[in-house]
Amino acid sequence: MNGYGCWAFFVKEVQRFYSVSVQTIFAPIVSTLLFLVIFGQVIDARMEAFSAISYSQFLIPGLVMMAILQNAFSNSSSSLIQSKMYGNLTFVLVSPISPLELYIAFIGAAIVRGLAVGVGVLIVGWVGFDLQWLSVGWVVVFAILSAALMGSIGLLAGILSDKYDHLAAFQNFIIMPLTFLSGVFYSIHALPGFWQAASYFNPFFYMVDGFRYGFYGVADVSVYLSLSVTLAFLALMTLINLILLTKGVKIRH
Amino acid sequence: MKAAIVFENVSKHYGQQVALNGVSFSVPQGSFFGLLGPNGAGKSTLINAMASLVTPTTGRIEVMGHDVIGDYRQARRALGLVPQELIADPFFSIRDLLRVQSGYFGLRGRSQMQWIDALLERLSLQDKAGVTTQQLSGGMKRRVLIAMALVHKPQVIVLDEPTAGVDVDLRRTLWEFARELHRSGHTIVLTTHYLEEAESLCDQVAILQQGELKALEKTQALLARHPYRYLRVTVGECPPHTVALSAPLQARLVERDALGFLFQLEKSLSMEQMLSWLSENGLCIDGLTTREASLEEVFLDLTGDKV
Repeated sequence: MNGYGCWAFFVKEVQRFYSVSVQTIFAPIVSTLLFLVIFGQVIDARMEAFSAISYSQFLIPGLVMMAILQNAFSNSSSSLIQSKMYGNLTFVLVSPISPLELYIAFIGAAIVRGLAVGVGVLIVGWVGFDLQWLSVGWVVVFAILSAALMGSIGLLAGILSDKYDHLAAFQNFIIMPLTFLSGVFYSIHALPGFWQAASYFNPFFYMVDGFRYGFYGVADVSVYLSLSVTLAFLALMTLINLILLTKGVKIRH
Repeated sequence: MKAAIVFENVSKHYGQQVALNGVSFSVPQGSFFGLLGPNGAGKSTLINAMASLVTPTTGRIEVMGHDVIGDYRQARRALGLVPQELIADPFFSIRDLLRVQSGYFGLRGRSQMQWIDALLERLSLQDKAGVTTQQLSGGMKRRVLIAMALVHKPQVIVLDEPTAGVDVDLRRTLWEFARELHRSGHTIVLTTHYLEEAESLCDQVAILQQGELKALEKTQALLARHPYRYLRVTVGECPPHTVALSAPLQARLVERDALGFLFQLEKSLSMEQMLSWLSENGLCIDGLTTREASLEEVFLDLTGDKV
């Protein structure tokens, strides 16, 4: 085990996004908060998602999770594709870092960035709105697992992409729709039958729903189902990534 | 002598294209080894396979006794690769890149920082330690790549066309640095298109062509085995392009320029016979110079190709 090598790569990945923190942390926080201002203000007076929970209160955990998901994905995917484009992936590939260590470092950095942006959104939401914290444990568990899963999906996208265009397609045609259709902005019970049923096949829905449960103790599905689905997808993505990294698919020729 | 690198029946196929076809040879420890071949011969594929950047289709490679796949950690610790392509990193300064690269190998602490300082100084990069690679010229980037390859003090150093596109000064600096590394006990593997570079630096060379090993020999033995020597004839008053050469001379003519002629002579051919043919042609001979074949001429003879 090359523990220090793995740590060095993790630290490098964190330093990479921190060195452009305006773009990687502050801009996503601001853009996410714009959703809160616009949707929260416009819809708040007209509906409540669950009984005794205002729309803004409902929306904030969803937005926090959306920020975590998108930024964790962006971190690993953009880091890998940039390394491919600039050629500096070679430095890592010739080093004695194993595929598992590489994976851990990538996912660790994705979690840190996802949580950094998520916490930024959460702090503002907490200051402006009356958030309840039924179970901090569930909040933390879903935040970390979801960031890990999205970091893993981002890594897969980075591995499979040969150019920025491929990554943009992945982001715009897969990640973005699944995020917006995951119940960030609404309870799936408000959807028509078909879309409600379709939502159960969206893994992002379980991450958002489980995370929101940690705040209010109410959710569209059982929190244990959400945890199981999230863990299962994380295990699946981890397995796929480790196979690809070990085989060197699209990384080693 | 023990082998620093062993290639055993290494093949690499990209679909129908064969980049390497059953290449087997070894590089002795402490040698300065030249890996030569025309473009597309498979040199970089072989080097990248050694550095785990390419996975061979068949065969195995060992670096300092460690299999590059089965025992990749030790193999990579023993190997320092200076890649052919210039590599950039827009996020980190040169010093930070070296620090991070050290970390990948589990190296840290004061002594490692001192080694990084020593590398920066030896490669004249101290003034650039705080800038990113994007702010460097091509030659400076090449130096950074060398520092990156040496940061973990590998026993085997692979230089993949290190002097491609660099100016004469830097080329000489790099040659001197490579010699210094060799003197200090490192095994050096060099690929280059400058064959005078290989002739001057390498004690042993392998020539690849179309993915196959064409020659593997001590440089001097390879040169000595070449069946030709060369005669340069400079002429005085009669312009070379006006002279009609007799058949024996025409058959041996390599080059005709404004100053005279270059002939390729079989080593078995006596100089007396050659002088007699020159005399019969009535050339206004100003000077004669003979020399043995250069590595470039041997290379062209073996590969029938351009360098």
